[in-house]
Amino acid sequence: MRTYYRNIVTAFLLFTGFSSTAEDQNQCLKCHGNHIYSIHNEWTERTEKRLMNPYFVIDSVRMSAGVHQSFSCTDCHSTDYGTYPHNGELKLEPMAGCLDCHGGDEKYASYQFEKIEEEFGKSVHAQACGDAFTCSKCHDQHYYQVTARNSESVTGIVRYSNEMCLSCHDNMQKYQLLSEGQKPELVEAHSWLPNKNLHFEHVRCIECHTEVVDSLMISHNIMPKENAVKRCVECHTADSRLKASLYKYQNLQSRSENGMMGNILSNESYVIGAYRNPLLNWGSILIFCVVLLGVSVHIIFRIIKK
Amino acid sequence: MGTEGRIYLYPKWLRAWHGLNALGIIVLIFTGINMQYASPDFQLMRFDLAIRFHNIAGVLVAVSYLLFFIGNLVSSNGTFYQIKLKGLRNRLFLQIRYYAYGMFKKEECPFPVSEKRKFNPLQKYSYIAVMYVFVPLVIISGIALLFPELIITEVYGVSGVFLTALLHASVGFLISIFLIVHVYVASVGKSPFKNYRSIITGWHE
Ligand code: HEC
Ligand code: HEC
Ligand code: HEC
Ligand code: HEC
Ligand code: HEC
Ligand code: HEC
Ligand code: HEC
Ligand code: HEM
Repeated sequence: MRTYYRNIVTAFLLFTGFSSTAEDQNQCLKCHGNHIYSIHNEWTERTEKRLMNPYFVIDSVRMSAGVHQSFSCTDCHSTDYGTYPHNGELKLEPMAGCLDCHGGDEKYASYQFEKIEEEFGKSVHAQACGDAFTCSKCHDQHYYQVTARNSESVTGIVRYSNEMCLSCHDNMQKYQLLSEGQKPELVEAHSWLPNKNLHFEHVRCIECHTEVVDSLMISHNIMPKENAVKRCVECHTADSRLKASLYKYQNLQSRSENGMMGNILSNESYVIGAYRNPLLNWGSILIFCVVLLGVSVHIIFRIIKK
Repeated sequence: MGTEGRIYLYPKWLRAWHGLNALGIIVLIFTGINMQYASPDFQLMRFDLAIRFHNIAGVLVAVSYLLFFIGNLVSSNGTFYQIKLKGLRNRLFLQIRYYAYGMFKKEECPFPVSEKRKFNPLQKYSYIAVMYVFVPLVIISGIALLFPELIITEVYGVSGVFLTALLHASVGFLISIFLIVHVYVASVGKSPFKNYRSIITGWHE
């Protein structure tokens, strides 16, 4: 299986210059690009408009921003989709996963796909749902964008990452594809966290729900809820765990060098307790001591001169 | 001194304000230090409790500030807070000289308390600075931090919340310094506890 897809990748890289992706995509997008599509019904000999299943609508704008933008649909899907109605058998067509194409490929070594797969294998999702929980549940292959690595905006990274989780944890249908259980209410589960919305906009879910792995850009081991971070001071302190996760990226560091204060934490957020400026720190301690000294000397004189 | 040696200096509302304010500010300083220097090894109290008490005390101080502000507008107490620049430097100097030198030589204090003059110049101008500049600044920046969506998001590439927080913590620090000096200087007088009694009973003896 894997070698089969590896061949696709090689072929893709060789021939991508010749195939005209946009034209191929348009062939599918004339139906899958909209909520309404039209077909020519050969029985009634009329052109009819129909509703497209909203989950089968592909957003071509988002796709053209994703990592797989140069693919035609049939690089991943069977060319048999060229005919309509689609052959029923196609519904059972196995789809390639990330590792089928990227596994063991030097070109993508910096992403550490194997290590990610290993970490993901330990996560609650893989443990509870098994093979049904594919990488594509979080990374839509049509739209996936590498964000933390490239973006210069912390809030942008946070939003992108959290939407992955919320697309399922806030969506009953998608959740129930994987679990018989009731979807836990996130608002209730996090009621202990003050300013919940502010936190969800400024920290990623994975900050609290994964173990930080230094060798990985993004920890993929979502732990059981009992192990989630609940102690405020893990973040709200000078040695904040955010420095080892969200704020560790080079792209953010370089931006902060151009920023005014040279301090990444101050560019987009203010994390109580995490900002320590040595000048202000020592300055305030000095003033404090001088005042105490002044008061003490005054007291001594009052006692002596009584 | 007043005619019978006793002057009614601090009316009820002013004492109520002062009590609430002092309590609130002490809680704010304690919890504030606990937040600013939070770490797993240094915790005077749990972080989330510190946040909660800080918020409550902040609201308390803001509301009692309104009492002070309106009280000073409508009552005669406001007259003690009127700025008079002429000769100010000289008056401040006299008072400083008294605290640093004169009082040890058993000199008369240059600005004795009377019905017309509740504060000596140092007291007066430090109170004006604290009550009409510092405390309003912490209250406004504190309200902004409570509702961060009110704050400009970015100023020259630095988060507006961050700048607000910096202002908030710095002014908070200055108020703590004021508090130390204020509480100490209140012990200067005939007997060290006389003034503390006054701010509770209202009577200056
Ligand atoms: C004439 C309109 C039309 C065209 C053109 C079209 N499709 Fe479809 N496609 C549909 C409709 C309608 C469905 C849902 C009904 C079904 O499954 O047959 C669908 C379903 C699908 C599915 C989901 C199958 C499943 O049930 O999981 C895939 C995948 C798909 N199409 C891919 C393609 C690709 C790739 C192309 C281009 C090569 C394409 N389609 C072209 C109308 C079209
Ligand atoms: C990089 C590979 C890749 C490309 C390129 C690709 N798809 Fe898909 N597509 C997939 C995978 C994988 C799935 C199955 C998703 C899943 O299992 O969650 C899928 C599912 C679908 C579905 C069914 C929706 C669903 O959620 O099951 C439709 C419809 C579809 N693709 C249409 C298209 C069209 C149209 C294009 C071209 C514009 C396209 N795809 C390009 C990989 C791809
Ligand atoms: C059918 C094979 C195939 C599948 C499946 C696939 N990819 Fe890709 N991917 C590619 C190819 C080929 C490229 C290079 C595209 C290009 O250069 O335009 C690529 C590019 C990428 C890149 C950008 C690499 C770079 O440095 O530019 C990332 C990241 C990526 N894929 C992640 C994923 C993830 C995550 C999945 C699973 C959700 C996945 N891919 C599934 C074939 C695939
Ligand atoms: C529970 C959701 C989830 C699952 C499942 C998941 N990922 Fe991720 N993955 C994320 C998040 C969140 C990010 C961060 C996105 C960003 O900001 O770039 C990420 C980032 C990545 C990146 C980019 C890392 C980098 O260095 O820039 C790769 C590659 C990746 N995932 C591959 C995979 C593979 C392969 C699988 C399946 C074995 C997988 N992911 C499963 C959530 C998930
Ligand atoms: C500040 C840390 C933190 C952040 C950020 C956070 N969580 Fe949690 N989450 C926790 C903790 C701690 C628990 C366990 C709560 C408990 O057991 O009382 C939890 C529980 C959960 C649960 C289990 C609920 C249940 O009752 O089974 C889910 C699902 C969850 N979080 C998802 C998310 C998602 C999705 C996000 C991002 C939008 C997120 N969390 C952000 C700390 C966090
Ligand atoms: C496609 C759906 C889907 C996505 C996307 C998803 N999850 Fe989940 N998640 C589930 C399901 C289903 C369960 C319940 C597993 C079970 O049955 O125990 C779950 C369980 C959890 C739990 C609770 C574990 C426990 O101990 O009860 C946490 C925490 C969690 N997810 C966090 C996340 C985070 C963080 C992300 C994003 C990085 C994410 N999830 C993305 C479907 C999803
Ligand atoms: C995963 C890291 C993390 C954890 C754990 C965490 N916080 Fe935060 N918190 C943040 C970040 C980041 C912000 C900054 C939001 C911003 O940029 O305004 C924040 C902001 C806040 C704010 C708002 C400050 C403002 O600007 O108004 C409060 C209050 C707060 N946290 C309290 C808590 C409490 C109480 C806990 C523990 C119950 C906690 N946090 C746990 C990361 C965390
Ligand atoms: C930071 C919080 C505080 C502020 C901003 C503050 C401010 C003031 C002000 C403005 C006055 C003059 C009131 C008037 O007559 O109009 C005053 C008087 C007084 N305060 Fe405070 N105070 C604070 C805390 C305290 C505390 C904690 C104590 C005692 C432990 C205290 C003791 C006194 C005393 C004894 C007086 C009367 C003596 C005097 O006029 O100086 N204060 N305070």
